[in-house]
Amino acid sequence: MFTLGGIGFTAPWLLLGLLALPILWILLRAVPPAPIRRMFPGVALLLGLTDDETQTDKTPWWLLLLRTLAVALIILGFAGPVLNPREEAAGSGPILIVMDGTWADARDWTRRADRVEAALDEAARLGRPVALVSLTDLPAGDLPFRAADAWAADLPSVQPEPWAPDAEALADWAAALPDEAFDTFWMSDGLARDSREALLAELQAHGTVTVFESPSPVFGLRPAGFAEGGVALTALRAAAGNALTVSVSAHGLDPSGVERELAREEVTFGAEATEADLTLDLPPELRNRVSRFEIAGVRSAGAVTLTDDALQRREVALIAGRDDREGLELLAPTHYLEKALEPTADLIDGDLLDILLANPDVIVLADVATVSEGEREPLLEWVENGGMLLRFAGPRLAASDVSRAEEDPLMPVRLRAGGRNIGGAMSWGEPKQLRPFAETSPFYGLEVPEDVTVSSQVMAQPDPQLSERVIASLADGTPLVTRKRVEQGQVVLFHVTANAEWSSLPLSGLFVQMLERLAVSTRPAQPTEEDLAGTVWAPDAVLDAFGTVQDAGTLPGVPGERIAGGAPGADMPPGLYTGEDRRIAVNVIGPETQIAPTAWPSGVPVVGLDVVEETMLKGWLLAVALGLLFLDILASLWISGRLSRAGRGAAAMLALALLLPGGMAEAQEGDELALAATSEVVLAHVVTGDAELDRIAEAGLRGLSQVLWSRTSIEPADPIAVDLEMDELAFFPFLYWPVTPEQPIPSDEAYAKLNRYLRHGGMILFDTRDADLAGYGASTEAGRKLQRLAAPLDIPPLEPIPEDHVLTRTFYLLQDFPGRYAGRGVWVEAAPADAEAIEGMPFRDLNDNVTPVVIGGNDWAAAWAVNENGSRMFPVGRGFAGERQREMAMRFGVNLIMHVLTGNYKSDQVHVPALLDRLGQ
Amino acid sequence: MTTAAEYRQRAETLSGPLPPLLAEAEHLAQAVLLGFHGRRRAGMGDEFWQYRPARAGDPARQIDWRRSGRSDTHFVQEKEWQAAQSVFVWLDEAQSMAFSGDKGRVTKADRGKLLALALSILLIRAGERVALTSLGTPPRSSELQLLRIAQSFELDGARPDYGAPEVRNLLPHSRALFISDFMGDLEPLEAQLAKAADRGVRGVMYQILDPVEEAFPFDGRTIFESVGKTVRHETLKAGDLRERYLERLAERKARLDELAHAVGWRYECHHTGDSAQSALLWLYGALEKRG
Repeated sequence: MFTLGGIGFTAPWLLLGLLALPILWILLRAVPPAPIRRMFPGVALLLGLTDDETQTDKTPWWLLLLRTLAVALIILGFAGPVLNPREEAAGSGPILIVMDGTWADARDWTRRADRVEAALDEAARLGRPVALVSLTDLPAGDLPFRAADAWAADLPSVQPEPWAPDAEALADWAAALPDEAFDTFWMSDGLARDSREALLAELQAHGTVTVFESPSPVFGLRPAGFAEGGVALTALRAAAGNALTVSVSAHGLDPSGVERELAREEVTFGAEATEADLTLDLPPELRNRVSRFEIAGVRSAGAVTLTDDALQRREVALIAGRDDREGLELLAPTHYLEKALEPTADLIDGDLLDILLANPDVIVLADVATVSEGEREPLLEWVENGGMLLRFAGPRLAASDVSRAEEDPLMPVRLRAGGRNIGGAMSWGEPKQLRPFAETSPFYGLEVPEDVTVSSQVMAQPDPQLSERVIASLADGTPLVTRKRVEQGQVVLFHVTANAEWSSLPLSGLFVQMLERLAVSTRPAQPTEEDLAGTVWAPDAVLDAFGTVQDAGTLPGVPGERIAGGAPGADMPPGLYTGEDRRIAVNVIGPETQIAPTAWPSGVPVVGLDVVEETMLKGWLLAVALGLLFLDILASLWISGRLSRAGRGAAAMLALALLLPGGMAEAQEGDELALAATSEVVLAHVVTGDAELDRIAEAGLRGLSQVLWSRTSIEPADPIAVDLEMDELAFFPFLYWPVTPEQPIPSDEAYAKLNRYLRHGGMILFDTRDADLAGYGASTEAGRKLQRLAAPLDIPPLEPIPEDHVLTRTFYLLQDFPGRYAGRGVWVEAAPADAEAIEGMPFRDLNDNVTPVVIGGNDWAAAWAVNENGSRMFPVGRGFAGERQREMAMRFGVNLIMHVLTGNYKSDQVHVPALLDRLGQ
Repeated sequence: MTTAAEYRQRAETLSGPLPPLLAEAEHLAQAVLLGFHGRRRAGMGDEFWQYRPARAGDPARQIDWRRSGRSDTHFVQEKEWQAAQSVFVWLDEAQSMAFSGDKGRVTKADRGKLLALALSILLIRAGERVALTSLGTPPRSSELQLLRIAQSFELDGARPDYGAPEVRNLLPHSRALFISDFMGDLEPLEAQLAKAADRGVRGVMYQILDPVEEAFPFDGRTIFESVGKTVRHETLKAGDLRERYLERLAERKARLDELAHAVGWRYECHHTGDSAQSALLWLYGALEKRG
């Protein structure tokens, strides 16, 4: 392909045609525009007149240029120009395509796959065998060199993994590479790794290495932690650069159990900064719901960090059996508990019953012997529902009869009276040490310090269940901590006090660890290997490389040491792991992880990921040429005078119209309607399609508006005609709908709009304008049409307007509702069946709302109608009686609009005395 | 041999367009209310003028017995003298008249025919005699003459590009109406006018022009051709010619007016874009004017 500055030509020989352009120029120049022949009798008068100017004999230069350009474009177009013609790479021998296949690849995996596909296509074209290797999923054995087509079929199954390549395995694999020479394409994920260098050296030993790298940034999110009362998050990016703002969102279950975004905050990377800190101030309730944080819009496991119990601070209620003795803090029963729990849990103080309402995770009863009858039941219920009751012994418990003869439901074991002292001044023996924890104990694995001794304790009655309930004991085998499961909850008793009176346990670090193991306090963010020794954790949910949380399925459990140990790998995918009573999150990016961009040696060519699409320019060039030729037509017409004077304007408009985007007028119209309808009260009528009828309706509403303006506090603007199909109805309190037999039935959408309008308090006045001659029914044509029109409408049952309807007294006291005709049949929403007049009241308490429709045939609009000069358009009745009827029609209109705007205000009994007074006259 | 049916068919074809033209002309003529113009003295006529006592020599059948019965003397009823005028209409049949500058506008010839026919109707109803000079017949005042005039409009024949009046049998002291666009050479017209003036003929020169001929709305490279394509003029910038064309047109009109004045005729210019009604009124008024 012949290329010229980034543009290639499929048929370059056609470009020779450009040489003909100067000839064309000369030819065109020599041939003036053809004259137009006109028949003109006045030519006799023209004879002998000569032209002043003669240069239009030749084509004007700009027209020449236009034409030459058009022809040049056509020649260029047919020469098949291609933008970004694909360069064909040369080479032979096998190709190794190495993909990092990590979570950092996931952000633009499809593009990478496209690039690999392009490379495979090229290899297929050149007949080179290909091996495709993902570094996170190394193939066993030799390099699998196969035909490129075969790989193309397999390509979709190659997916990134949410971890980094294992350096050790990688080194082994690199060392085992076969001796044959091959070229390497390395799809790098853009992150620096120690293992890269060795692998690169190894690959370069076999042939050339080309690196493909995407310029799009890599983001990471470190695990959430606590800082200054909020949740601290750190966002990372690989390459420092300009200031950049990303949003971090918190996801979790909402109270109804639906996963949704709970919070979102923006965090800004400073220029040249690779880390950005964010503190989310979430209420505890919300914070405990958060299951993961992620950088919004980044599809990568690195941008997601799962939260575990570390973020969920437990609510612990502390209740002491005796009042604090002022000044003796260290002796207070709960002092050490408070100290141990304060950093990691939310402590609650208060009365037991109040506390139960708050539904804490743990209630600690420090030396509380008896729980009152009233408190016992709810407390037990709370325990059964999963609460953890943690009790500490003490002098009171030792002295009481609680759980003596039979086991108390709120005690794990029966107690012997009194307890015992060991190692005190008045006793024999030494203070006892703790026995190492049994394997079944939740404390298993904790190291027992030498200096923890117990001098007093309450003793458990030896019962059949005792041995299984003991989870910690002294060196002599007596129980130190016992536990009983109650339904979903548990009751735990420390047989010593919570302060240092009976033992030195509360003074030791073991106390805190034991509380942690019991899930009383929250663990530190990152469990140590020691903490997790001997435990096995089952994956609950795992992350894939794209950052989506997936069910773990049947993945095997992971030993605690491995979880404490560090980075996720094939044997421990990132996710949420469940132990006995707590969960640990393993995230792609740990609290100390740094990410940095790759730094390839200068000898390695690094290519962008983009597969540059070939763009055929032929169509564009020809389209432009066509446009130029069109212009040429206009210009030629103009030059030769064929474009009449009127036509010139039209042509200019046409040219402008081609340039200007249309479609703005309509939207404008909608806004204008909304503004006109909402800035003032506006009466509206439905457009029926009958121009005369619409004119009368408009004039009628104008007349009614004038009357309203002069007589009431309603000051309407000019009425608006509403097209049911096009216009929004919600703006109008009132619609006048004259019914003609000819008008079209509205569409379903229009009916949906009308029903919505009626349900939300709109009113429609249907006017059949037939004076209801045949009585209300189907016998007039307009009546039948009305029935068809109103059938799809959501109209309640109707009745002829009762005498005590609110319409009879919203402004004027009326009993008749004449329009141009004085028919009686005006129908409104029926009163409820049980509406009855209360004694002494003249009116029933009728419907609470505005009646959605008023139906009649009195041709009100004609009675209301005034023309532009303000004079009546139609006569009503005869003489004074007629004027009286018109006045009544006006009053009906006023009452109607009052009813629309004030609802059942006049039904209010407040006005009864005044109304009674006037009715009595 | 031509059968009667063929004659009839040809006659129908020929007279096909006539009723519309006649009807239109009648319609136009009806708008002009008129009466017979008496000579304000006794003479031959239909209208009553005066009674006069019978003189010796009056034939007995001229005596108005009804009037005479009321008195002792005999009276004779005198009628007003109603002298019929002869009007010669020359309608330019040259091809230049078959021009219309707009599809929606009638040609000058059409307008001329309409005006000529309508005027003929008016004149014949008024008792005058009308002749179309191209027919060569003497002026007559019958409805048949109208039909003849109308039929003569439909006759085809070799027509020159520009016409000149050809009035051979003008009666002395008659009236003449020249309808043309007067775009051609003015020499024959002058000669004809001189001849007419010699015979005491008074008349009207009625120029019909298309609005396009007045406005000259042309531009660009143009070849102007006469309707008969005998005269042509090529220009490269028609727009530049406008001024000079209009100047020449004005000159021509002035010249025509001058000619009319010299022989006591009247001259008027009418545009096909204007109403035919007002043109007819003007024409009728101008011809009725006592000369």
